[in-house]
Amino acid sequence: MKLLKKHLDKWLSPEEQPDAAVLPALQGRSETAPPLTISNLAVSYQGRPALRRASLTVPGGKLMAVVGPSGCGKSSLLRCINRLSDTVAGCDVSGDIFMGGDNILESGMDVRALRRRVGMVFQQPNPFPLSIADNIRFPLREHGIRDRDGLSFSVEQNLRDVGLWAEVKDRLSQPALSLSGGQQQRLCLARTLALQPQVLLLDEPCSALDPIATEHIEQLIQRLKGRYTILMVTHNLAQARRLADHVTVCWVDEGCGCVVESGSREGIFVNSRHPITQAYCNGTKG
Amino acid sequence: MRSLIVRYPVADGVFRVLTTLTTAAVLGIVLWLLLGLVLKGAGDLSLAYLLTPPEASGLGGGISSVLVNTLLILSVCLLVVIPLGLACALFLTEMVSPASVAGQATGYCLDVLSGVPSIVFALFGYQLFAITLGLGFSIVAGGLTLACMALPLMVRTSQQAVLRVPADLVEAGHALSLSRAGMLRRVILPSARHGIAAGIVLSIGRTLAETAVLLFTAGYVLRLPGSLLDSGRALSVHIYDLAMHVPGGQPRAASAALVLVALIILTNLAVHRLLKTHRD
Repeated sequence: MKLLKKHLDKWLSPEEQPDAAVLPALQGRSETAPPLTISNLAVSYQGRPALRRASLTVPGGKLMAVVGPSGCGKSSLLRCINRLSDTVAGCDVSGDIFMGGDNILESGMDVRALRRRVGMVFQQPNPFPLSIADNIRFPLREHGIRDRDGLSFSVEQNLRDVGLWAEVKDRLSQPALSLSGGQQQRLCLARTLALQPQVLLLDEPCSALDPIATEHIEQLIQRLKGRYTILMVTHNLAQARRLADHVTVCWVDEGCGCVVESGSREGIFVNSRHPITQAYCNGTKG
Repeated sequence: MRSLIVRYPVADGVFRVLTTLTTAAVLGIVLWLLLGLVLKGAGDLSLAYLLTPPEASGLGGGISSVLVNTLLILSVCLLVVIPLGLACALFLTEMVSPASVAGQATGYCLDVLSGVPSIVFALFGYQLFAITLGLGFSIVAGGLTLACMALPLMVRTSQQAVLRVPADLVEAGHALSLSRAGMLRRVILPSARHGIAAGIVLSIGRTLAETAVLLFTAGYVLRLPGSLLDSGRALSVHIYDLAMHVPGGQPRAASAALVLVALIILTNLAVHRLLKTHRD
């Protein structure tokens, strides 16, 4: 009955439709970005270890940059946090990842709900072969938001949020693939933000972009800090220095990735005593 | 300065001559075939030939009823083969892993099915559709039997098209927690549409060229069908009948064959175009 009344109210008060339509996406979402605590995380593919003994903590609303050479398990670590690791055949994950009070890796975890709370942006921009607006509308519809005004409101709001609205407002029905690489990546971020996540996973979001598009995305990430707990994999140490509150250094040890050190930006870049961290940050290794 | 590439003049020359000769032979066969058909059959070709019904067992008139029968048989076949083929392709790509028992068994069955000679499909279709299900010699029986024959082609082409959808789109769908049905409807099938369309056009080509199956299932009747349960002569059967059973029917068979070859060339051009769009 409550559900029916809610729908009737929404229908009877059209001027409130945008807010009412966005409401279902907020269910179960607390306003504060939760902390992430990863302890003793280990990942293996077909029995071959890819990451071991990974422990780190990201305070709520802060940005943690995960740096390290290729093959050190950075992306594997990221993919465990939204359980994308479940979709890889032969991938085995052990350890604990706590988001707020919930252990993400527990077998009873509602993965669908988890992936709505944990948004992800990939290395290569990967907009769907739909129109610009439909790239945002389609995931929202899939998550139960059908109201036309609410969807339009969300498209505009999220495109504004990523600084794309002014560039695309007159061609929302054109294919998303007609956008430039940087614009596509911002659209992918808008599509992710539209689901109102609490945690953002950014897997080298600028590595496929030119310097100007990279600057746009970096400015955007700066603006998002505080509203979301962010984990960002990057190969670019200068970018980690510019953006991160905290830094985790990963390395390859005997063919398997591991976390060498994790701490505040200054703790890693200025005061670290760990020889690998020092060598990597000075550019003499990696 | 001497070139760093080592040359073998005799071996290279022999290789060049052999490959040029074999290519010329292949092109020669195609040109000979087309030229023979044009010389024998082009004289009768006209718009009236396509639009008037045949007379005197095909020795007079045109081929309008034969074209209608061909179109109807093709439609029945496609109505069955498109949804079945697509569903089977999606089962293989989305529901089971290629290494699973179901995946392996289905793939093996499809490979066997694609290697079965058409005369075996003809006997199977005659027994199942014409006799057991009581459809007799009819357009439906012909279309259904052709559908069985074209199924492996449709499944394999659609499967390849779906597998070529970029993995990062599928991963984005998982990360956004989108339903499998939603991803299929809005992302995977639209992305694979050119490849799937190529599968449909290839099936059309295979169906248009088939004779043995239709001799056993759709029959020979030349007039326009009253319903899909009537017998109807397809273009390939018409060519066979004119060439083998009608005295003096050879030139008319060549005219009909020219129309059939033109249709097949058109479908092949469509396939190339679709696959090119798919790759781009």
